[in-house]
Amino acid sequence: MRHDTAIAGLGSATFLALLAAAFGQDELFRSHMWVLFFVLLGAVIVLLRNTSFSPASAQSEDRSSYMDKPIRYGSIATMFWGVVGLLVGVVVALQLAYPDLNVEPWFNFGRMRPLHTSAVIFAFGGNALIATSFYVVQRTSRARLFGGDLVWFVFWGYQLFIVMAATGYLLGITQSREYAEPEWYVDLWLTIVWVAYLIVFLGTILKRKEPHIYVANWFYLSFIVTIAMLHVVNNLAIPVSLLGSKSYSAFAGVQDALTQWWYGHNAVGFFLTAGFLGMMYYFIPKQVNRPVYSYRLSIIHFWALIFLYIWAGPHHLHYTALPDWAQTLGMVFSIMLWMPSWGGMINGLMTLSGAWDKIRTDPIVRMMVMAVAFYGMSTFEGPMMSIKAVNSLSHYTDWTIGHVHSGALGWVGMISFGAIYFMVPKLWNRERLYSLRLVIWHFWLATLGIVVYAAVMWVSGIMQGLMWREYDEQGFLVYSFAETVAATHPYYVMRAAGGALYLAGALVMAFNVAMTILGYQREEKSIGGDAPALQPAQ
Amino acid sequence: MALMDKHAILEKNATLLLAGSFLVVTIGGIVEIAPLFYLENTIEKVEGMRPYSPLELAGRNIYVREGCYVCHSQMIRPFRDEVERYGHYSLAAESMYDHPFQWGSKRTGPDLARIGDRYSNDWHVQHLIEPRSVVPESIMPSYAFLRDTPLAVKNFSTHLVANARLGVPYDENMIENAEKDLKQQADPNADTSGVEERYPKVKLGDFDGNPQALTEMDALVAYLQMLGTLVNFSTYDEAAGYR
Amino acid sequence: MNYHVMREFADSWGLLFMAIFFVGAAAFAFRPGSRKHADEAARVPLKDD
Repeated sequence: MRHDTAIAGLGSATFLALLAAAFGQDELFRSHMWVLFFVLLGAVIVLLRNTSFSPASAQSEDRSSYMDKPIRYGSIATMFWGVVGLLVGVVVALQLAYPDLNVEPWFNFGRMRPLHTSAVIFAFGGNALIATSFYVVQRTSRARLFGGDLVWFVFWGYQLFIVMAATGYLLGITQSREYAEPEWYVDLWLTIVWVAYLIVFLGTILKRKEPHIYVANWFYLSFIVTIAMLHVVNNLAIPVSLLGSKSYSAFAGVQDALTQWWYGHNAVGFFLTAGFLGMMYYFIPKQVNRPVYSYRLSIIHFWALIFLYIWAGPHHLHYTALPDWAQTLGMVFSIMLWMPSWGGMINGLMTLSGAWDKIRTDPIVRMMVMAVAFYGMSTFEGPMMSIKAVNSLSHYTDWTIGHVHSGALGWVGMISFGAIYFMVPKLWNRERLYSLRLVIWHFWLATLGIVVYAAVMWVSGIMQGLMWREYDEQGFLVYSFAETVAATHPYYVMRAAGGALYLAGALVMAFNVAMTILGYQREEKSIGGDAPALQPAQ
Repeated sequence: MALMDKHAILEKNATLLLAGSFLVVTIGGIVEIAPLFYLENTIEKVEGMRPYSPLELAGRNIYVREGCYVCHSQMIRPFRDEVERYGHYSLAAESMYDHPFQWGSKRTGPDLARIGDRYSNDWHVQHLIEPRSVVPESIMPSYAFLRDTPLAVKNFSTHLVANARLGVPYDENMIENAEKDLKQQADPNADTSGVEERYPKVKLGDFDGNPQALTEMDALVAYLQMLGTLVNFSTYDEAAGYR
Repeated sequence: MNYHVMREFADSWGLLFMAIFFVGAAAFAFRPGSRKHADEAARVPLKDD
């Protein structure tokens, strides 16, 4: 029988969820367990409808080739969560401009904002990382994924984590630790899924037929290991009850703050940087069909990056009650981080040397190059903002939000889009994408959106910082806080418009990808004159 | 040449690569975070800090639940403008019982580290119900539902037990009386000598304007009204506290 | 052992050690003999699809 263990496992889990929903110690936990119950019940029903009782031999799946079906699912999940996350982003941006759009209690900004950040970082980014890492590790190891059905456990387990985290936020189940909001039981679940992910990835590397471990896999591996460490330490907590949603973090005050920002900054460093650098080191050479500019530079890039990043967390706590020595250490390492970051950027860009014309003729290359350019920009801006004098102005303002988005939308978003555009035709055996013209549309919508967003937030942030510290001749503060809020309104409206442009680009992409998967090809003139068809050479 | 070949070993051995990168990423964390736990000068010596009263803790949990930290910081930096706007800069000692810390990272709204005693209870209730009725420029969402939501009191002592396990000095007496203290703090007619003795400087009385019901609004306002009021700055030695 | 002793060690010998280690690691990666290795590894993604 197909899916027999899955059905048995899910069935028992559904029953346990029902019990937890009945005996939960607090209202929120009971509601959350009802959500879990219905999600699992749905999964059981779907599996039962798809099961077949034919003998195992009748199932046709080629066990010798690459295991690509989970990657196909992962690509679709990436696209789906990307659109959801960006949409919630536009909604919260509008809530800041027009507060009447808050709908208490479930859709208030305080609950919606973690939904946005988690949806884009963990749902969109996480699915992109899992899918591409599975794609890359198989092809650079020339080995099928290790673990068999464990791969499916990783995929569906991760989706369950996303659903539980997201519904929890809206219900009001949160640790209120930035980028680590899910409560203890959801954290435990993610830990299990993550260990399975590590086993699949490492197992595939161990059974490779290629003597070298390609550098992209180094980045993916360090991302998986480091995120495991950060996640476990930062989420140490004591639950009030084993049948309750509330827990108290193991650390308090200043120690808790540094642990959280050690986690928070390295969620940026390893989730949003190292993992996506793995993407860069595989998909850019593939798309331009030439090896990375300097493999030896990539080795230095790797070790320097992972060593330096881990120290930089305290720059989120400048001038707070964190001891000065820790702040200084954080600042020094943040500034040093500029160097490996730009080393990586140069390595990525110079991979195009000798093929610069592809920026003109291949919109996917153009998208990837823009991603690396934004990586360079935000890894310059970041060290600058970590300098204490600059930080005293920028901290607590919209400048930080602008900085994050130039990295997230520019670097993380664009490189993921490039990777998906590359993978989708290959995964579904299509000759090419449905339309390359639509990729150009996506490119410009996204780029324009980021530029508007980052510029507006930069201006708004500096304005806030300056207004807060403005004195008149008599030595009185000029502005009340409320006045500085009112002053940001036009910028918040423009920011929402920038976000909407970026979302529009993602919708164009979703359409393009869907049409490609369905097997359509749009008749189009080739881009950049008479250049040959834009399919990467094999 | 023997040494030269070692390069390839790391590059070709996955377990070693795993161990190597894990080692590299642990160093920074250990060096930065571990000392904070045993260096005695991480947290200043101050007078007045005490654990949250049960009602304050319940209010703090609502603050956490609603994600207030995404817009409000609780960390005043030692700058002239911040000290004038919000009060004395924040000390590490002031969040020593905060599991989790709520320093925040963004000020879409003002800092709340010393919001206690600045406004009346009525102002807070009105502001939470309809922010723009008292601050026209405000972009804060409405939290009117807190006034209509009864506060969950049952088994509240388990919250104190969890905190005590993490080192917050809740003694047996406090844990035993948790539910009673929680109700009496917000009841204008109750005998409050016990809660006052256990939690010095505690704010008493009805907070939400409805003495008949104990609501989440009571708890949140009780929490907001005590924020930053505990430390006695007249006895605080600035120079000795510098780290 | 108190904090100041460690601090002093960190910004003298510790710093020197890390600097030398870094320069050594960089020199090692860029030594002439590694070119062949690196070129081989760099071609890995282009081999297969």
